[in-house]
Amino acid sequence: MATIHIDGKSYEVDGADNLLQACLSLGLDVPYFCWHPALGSVGACRQCAVKQYSDENDQRGRLVMSCMTPAADKTYISIEDAEAKAFRQSVIEWLMTNHPHDCPVCAEGGHCHLQDMTVMSGHSLRRYRFNKRTHNNQYLGPFIRHEMNRCIACYRCVRYYRDYAGGTDLGVFGAHDNVYFGRASEGVLESEFSGNLSEVCPTGVFTDRTHGEHYTRKWDMQFAPSICQGCAVGCNISPGERYGEIRRIENRYNGSINHYFLCDRGRFGYGFVNRSDRPRAPSWLQGGQRSPLSLDAALDLVGGWVRSRQRIAGLGSARASLESNFSLRTLVGAERFFQGLSRDELNLHRQAIDSLRLEGVQLPSLADMEACDAVFVLGEDLTQTAPRVALALRQSVKNEALKQAAARKVPAWNAEPLKNIAQHALSPLHLTMVQATRLDDVAASVYCATPEAQARLGFAVAHAIDAQAPAVSDLSAEESAWAARIAADLMAAARPLVISGVSLACAALVDASEQIICALLRQGRQPALAQVLPEVNSAGLSMLDAAAVEALEQLCLAGEIDTLVVLEADLYRMLPEARVAAMLAKIQHLVVLDHQMTATAERADVLLSAASFAEADGTVVSMEGRAQRYFQVYDSSYYRPQDCLRESWRWLHAIDQVSQGRQVQWTHLDQVTAEIAASCTALSAIVEAAPDARYRIAGLKVAREPRRYSGRTAMRANISVHEPRQPVDHDSALTFSMEGYVGPQESSALIPFAWSPGWNSPQAWNKFKDENGSLRQGDPGVRLFSAGRRADYKPVPPVVPAAGLRTVPLYEIFGSDELSLRSPVIADRAGAACVTLPADSGHAEGSMLEISVDGQLLSLPVRLSTSLAKDCIGLPAGRVKVAAGRHVDLGKGR
Amino acid sequence: MSTDNPQSKMIVTDRGEAFVFSDEERRAIEQAMHHYEDARAATIDALKIVQKSRRWVSDAAIAAIGRILGIAAAEVDGVATFYNRIYRQPVGRHVILVCDSIGCHLLGYEQVYARMQELLGIKPGQTTADDRFTLLPVVCLGACDRAPVLLIDEDTHYKVTPEGVEAILEQYL
Amino acid sequence: MSSLINAGLQVRRETHPLTWRYNAHGGAVLDLATYESLDGFQALRKSLDLAPQDLQATVKNANLRGRGGAGFPTGVKWSLIPMGADSGRKYLICNADEMEPGTFKDRMLMEELPFQLVEAMVVTAYAIGAQVGYIFLRGEYLLAAERLNAAIAQARAANYLGERILGSDFSFQLYVHEGAGRYICGEETALINCLEGRRANPRTKPPFPQQAGAWGRPTIVNNVETLVNVPGIILHGADWFRSLSQGRSSDAGSKLYGVSGRAQRTGLWELPIGTTARELLETHAGGMQEGLSLQAWLPGGASTDFLLPEHLDLAMDYDTIAKAGSRMGTGLIMVVDDQQDMLKVLSNLMMFMARESCGWCTPCRDGLPWVRKVVDALLAGEGQAGDIEWLRGMTRNLGPGKTFCAHAPGAMEPLQSALKFFPKRFEQGITPV
Ligand SMILES: Cc1cc2nc3c(=O)[nH]c(=O)nc-3n(C[C@H](O)[C@H](O)[C@H](O)COP(=O)(O)O)c2cc1C
Ligand code: SF4
Ligand code: FES
Repeated sequence: MATIHIDGKSYEVDGADNLLQACLSLGLDVPYFCWHPALGSVGACRQCAVKQYSDENDQRGRLVMSCMTPAADKTYISIEDAEAKAFRQSVIEWLMTNHPHDCPVCAEGGHCHLQDMTVMSGHSLRRYRFNKRTHNNQYLGPFIRHEMNRCIACYRCVRYYRDYAGGTDLGVFGAHDNVYFGRASEGVLESEFSGNLSEVCPTGVFTDRTHGEHYTRKWDMQFAPSICQGCAVGCNISPGERYGEIRRIENRYNGSINHYFLCDRGRFGYGFVNRSDRPRAPSWLQGGQRSPLSLDAALDLVGGWVRSRQRIAGLGSARASLESNFSLRTLVGAERFFQGLSRDELNLHRQAIDSLRLEGVQLPSLADMEACDAVFVLGEDLTQTAPRVALALRQSVKNEALKQAAARKVPAWNAEPLKNIAQHALSPLHLTMVQATRLDDVAASVYCATPEAQARLGFAVAHAIDAQAPAVSDLSAEESAWAARIAADLMAAARPLVISGVSLACAALVDASEQIICALLRQGRQPALAQVLPEVNSAGLSMLDAAAVEALEQLCLAGEIDTLVVLEADLYRMLPEARVAAMLAKIQHLVVLDHQMTATAERADVLLSAASFAEADGTVVSMEGRAQRYFQVYDSSYYRPQDCLRESWRWLHAIDQVSQGRQVQWTHLDQVTAEIAASCTALSAIVEAAPDARYRIAGLKVAREPRRYSGRTAMRANISVHEPRQPVDHDSALTFSMEGYVGPQESSALIPFAWSPGWNSPQAWNKFKDENGSLRQGDPGVRLFSAGRRADYKPVPPVVPAAGLRTVPLYEIFGSDELSLRSPVIADRAGAACVTLPADSGHAEGSMLEISVDGQLLSLPVRLSTSLAKDCIGLPAGRVKVAAGRHVDLGKGR
Repeated sequence: MSTDNPQSKMIVTDRGEAFVFSDEERRAIEQAMHHYEDARAATIDALKIVQKSRRWVSDAAIAAIGRILGIAAAEVDGVATFYNRIYRQPVGRHVILVCDSIGCHLLGYEQVYARMQELLGIKPGQTTADDRFTLLPVVCLGACDRAPVLLIDEDTHYKVTPEGVEAILEQYL
Repeated sequence: MSSLINAGLQVRRETHPLTWRYNAHGGAVLDLATYESLDGFQALRKSLDLAPQDLQATVKNANLRGRGGAGFPTGVKWSLIPMGADSGRKYLICNADEMEPGTFKDRMLMEELPFQLVEAMVVTAYAIGAQVGYIFLRGEYLLAAERLNAAIAQARAANYLGERILGSDFSFQLYVHEGAGRYICGEETALINCLEGRRANPRTKPPFPQQAGAWGRPTIVNNVETLVNVPGIILHGADWFRSLSQGRSSDAGSKLYGVSGRAQRTGLWELPIGTTARELLETHAGGMQEGLSLQAWLPGGASTDFLLPEHLDLAMDYDTIAKAGSRMGTGLIMVVDDQQDMLKVLSNLMMFMARESCGWCTPCRDGLPWVRKVVDALLAGEGQAGDIEWLRGMTRNLGPGKTFCAHAPGAMEPLQSALKFFPKRFEQGITPV
């Protein structure tokens, strides 16, 4: 702790920070550009100047850059000093010499850090009377738009893109007042985290292109605290809506998870919400014709089908909320509640989650992962399966640099010396995968092999840690050395972390991760373990105990099912087409609830128009077992009265009640959540994921719309000149309105957007954080997994002899995920589905390959991989449904 | 990418062109790499080696240098465009560098410069149509006692007068 | 054509440690045998028998101050480098980027006396425990590169360089690194970035290069002239070096002074430090050219404040010139004659400064081009009311501590002194409304 004196007042601060950060944490305004809380200080922009005095008697003082000055004990500074203020004003004036006056048409306007800082610094009169320099812009792909003339050369973009995210294709060129930030030549930005540029850039150079396509000012959008639906990491997002469309997704700060950054799938994959082919009202398929149904008619019809409760079944979904899944389970009964995983997959999911219940294991948040100093990832290509975790691991490898810098008394925030001192030294990150990954550049070792061989390496690591663990025979000398090195690194670490997951569908890999944890525990270490799951609510659904899809298939084929209710799921992504057809042929009624027109939805006898995450509230459980609530962003019927979107849980509950001739009982979300908590002990804490609908701040609900929200009276004028009442939100403590509380006091789980007086840009998050990086009222979400199982060693899995090529699912950040792929920009980045073969397979890149596997004939273009493990054939996960571990013989190239 | 040489306003693209180092270039670059703890340090050496044999450094050469040094093309180009004496656009057979710093200013380099432009029919940053000369300004050449100073290719010319310019240019075909 | 060096001087080994060999040999010393015959590598032989710390102490006692422009005591700088068995790899870098307009001393030292720099670097490397050294040479110094490389090759062949030098335990590799042109590369931390193959933006200090320099390792950066003084100091001792200024200054040693501009005989002279500018101009350079008189002068490069004829009698040493409101800088004076338009001169300086900004920090990157444009407007008679006050404000806003490195503050020196000494000329540039 340190006492610092600012403009005559004394404050207690954590002396490890720089003065700028300390001032911001204290709620004091100091303008800045080049500093970023996640990127540290470089002292380039000179905007954060304050006056520093040598002691309390010093009257003269001197200007210092607060970002480059430690907040050491007995520091005396003045923010208000006249010279400091005048200097800060001058800095803005210089930056503005070349900045275009295009705020009215700039996609940054209204949430622009440069605008905020200009106002804060008080520069208002243009004196520069000469020409501005101009630049050409580049095409950077479907995500990011480039307008270089707006650049103020803070260097944040390159520092973020290269130093933080590990990208290589963004650079800075030229010198003096002709510096250019872009790619060496035009083209799509390669980093999977490029979208963060739109928030890192303090002005409108890098903006969200998807937002630009249907641009709305930040103050004119309606926001809600939400959870990214792209994967199981559970990043917090802030979607913005106008005219019943999601217009962009911004990062929502959660110090334990994503803090300042999202991946591009999460940020840009929202287009499925805006699709024009979404089912917006219930419909009935009769004689090949789909016709609309009224809400009541739909309920009566389906209610009739399910009345007997005898021959019905429900298929739950890992992309639907706990509330919706629970409602389905309540409707169909626990024994008739299934999910879209094969038996093997289901077992694997259960096994993975079960491993997180080991006695003594740490369950790391992303922030915890960043602090880990040795990491072993078994069989997950994290950039593809849990992208934000990959970004966190990129930070974990920098712990070595922090250590070396600390030894030379260089503080953690002093970004450039930190890099210089460490040079290439990194904390160890070891990877195994079937082919090269996008984290290899920071990895100490990369082992490419079949999933089974990777698992055996994992068991060997466990044995190297603890000789009591069974030894692995038949390892090559190289593999043994590898195992020994990984073991040594994990043992030497203060915070070792092991990550595996289900993406390769290999149980032995999860076993291996558990074995290593077990060994580390027996050696008195406190290891952390994470298991990567595929969907936003994979963990939550697994806690509801849904059974495997084959069991459902059997029931259907046995003629036991008349009515099948499918919740936000597409059977065709789970089973080969022929099997789905066989199944559906045996049932009378297919009821589908979805917000997307999936292949299954197209065949639904009754299709119930479900709300997407943007129109619904719900609770999901992330891969670390964190239950988080997302909230409805907007009410679509306000703009389209004919819309009949309902949360799936509302549909299902209403069907349940109507079929029994009863009144609807669950009228708002809290009731469902409470019901789940009461009936499943493991989920009892979910009620604490966010405050309930009665929560108020000074008697007010929280406003979803910024204070300056404009045009409300006009935006519906095409429907009716009478402005209706704003929709009322019974489900949460948020309002669909600007009336309500706006500011940094709300509960952390209820912050719809980042705003604080004078801070319109995402930099406003500084006002919501405490010194330790958490939101002031604690990071939202509750952890559900509790330890309960003792770790025991398992036998080493046997060597699997090669017999033809073994199928491995290859996940892709753009392409494997069902919902985001329905967004045009993601489809654009994803390209065509391919089959991946080893480079020496004898097939030509791009040639079509036909393979017959799992009773399906697939025809896919070939992609060659120089790193793909021998004996493997990679199939595009999420695009074809082929079980892992099948053996195929290659047909002829065509 | 733009450098500060006015020369760079001209846009020449050579994307897609294959670039192969000559044996000599490769050997020289590899030798330079041995001088440093980290191969990246040979970036400027590599750029100069390529420029020496090819007059200028193309996009394809930038990418090739990145590959040999194990760094991204964007980083190589960031370095290439930072420095004054790396040419990212084609230059003529002879590059005339005219010192325009204060020592030469005091001795009247401006008249020399003007005469040069008149004779060549080009402005600073441009190349003559016959590809013979490129004219560029340069920072103080460290010979202020013998100003005005020019550097043409590898020859330094001292105490240049406007009248002497023509004779100097004639030495370079 | 080479520079006029030491014209008219009595040059002796005892009084001219920098250049005596040039005079003794009657020109450049380019082969090892000649260099050896002129006491070459004697200082190295002597050094290897001494402890590195003793060498550091001698240089400190000699009161050698950095000749790169800032005058920082060299011995003090060396003493900040970690010594001892666990100090790891260390680097010595010779700053031979000489790009300060008006400066041509390092070029002469390297072209004419390459061995002397090589010896100086081996001795210094031994004193600070560096295993590898670089001569960071500006790319346009082609002759210097050729001669230094030849000298290094000869010295290596004779084991003055390389492994186990002269049978000792000390090994040292030396390379010439040629730059690609940027004034800012002369700033020592920018130089290190450039050496590492990066953009030459200066680095944050602290940590200073002595703690974390090239590739994060302890590094000493010294100017060519600074280093070339070292062998003499080692051979003849600290007291001898301090006596060289002959009581003209509290600073020690001799200095390579020079004169450029429209003087009779421009050139370079090694003289006792503290020699007056008048002696330089009038005695050695023979005064101004026919028909011209002195209007102002820059004491040591484009980033020093102008002084007036009335300042000619000041001793050219760090403290005296600083007291007069300027800096000695590199000590090579530039004379501005009375036919020059001071605004035009200033415009040229500001063009240089704006163009050579590295583009890292805002005040310099965006402020200097604006200054330049205002100066040019005044020069064109298109100045506006308030321009002069605005320029004054800029000299404060771009002053020391406000910018990331010393480039912009250096740029403000000629501006602030011109504003001080020639206010009328600025006023003339303002169009009456
Ligand atoms: C903009 C700028 C340019 C400089 N250029 C040079 C230079 O060309 N040569 C040089 O020796 N020092 C130059 N310096 C000074 C160096 O930073 C450093 O102080 C010097 O090399 C230290 O050596 P010394 O202590 O031996 O003088 C420059 C400094 C600045 C701020
Ligand atoms: S003052 Fe700033 S912009 Fe100028 S050279 Fe130094 S760091 Fe670069
Ligand atoms: S924020 Fe401190 S200098 Fe940029």
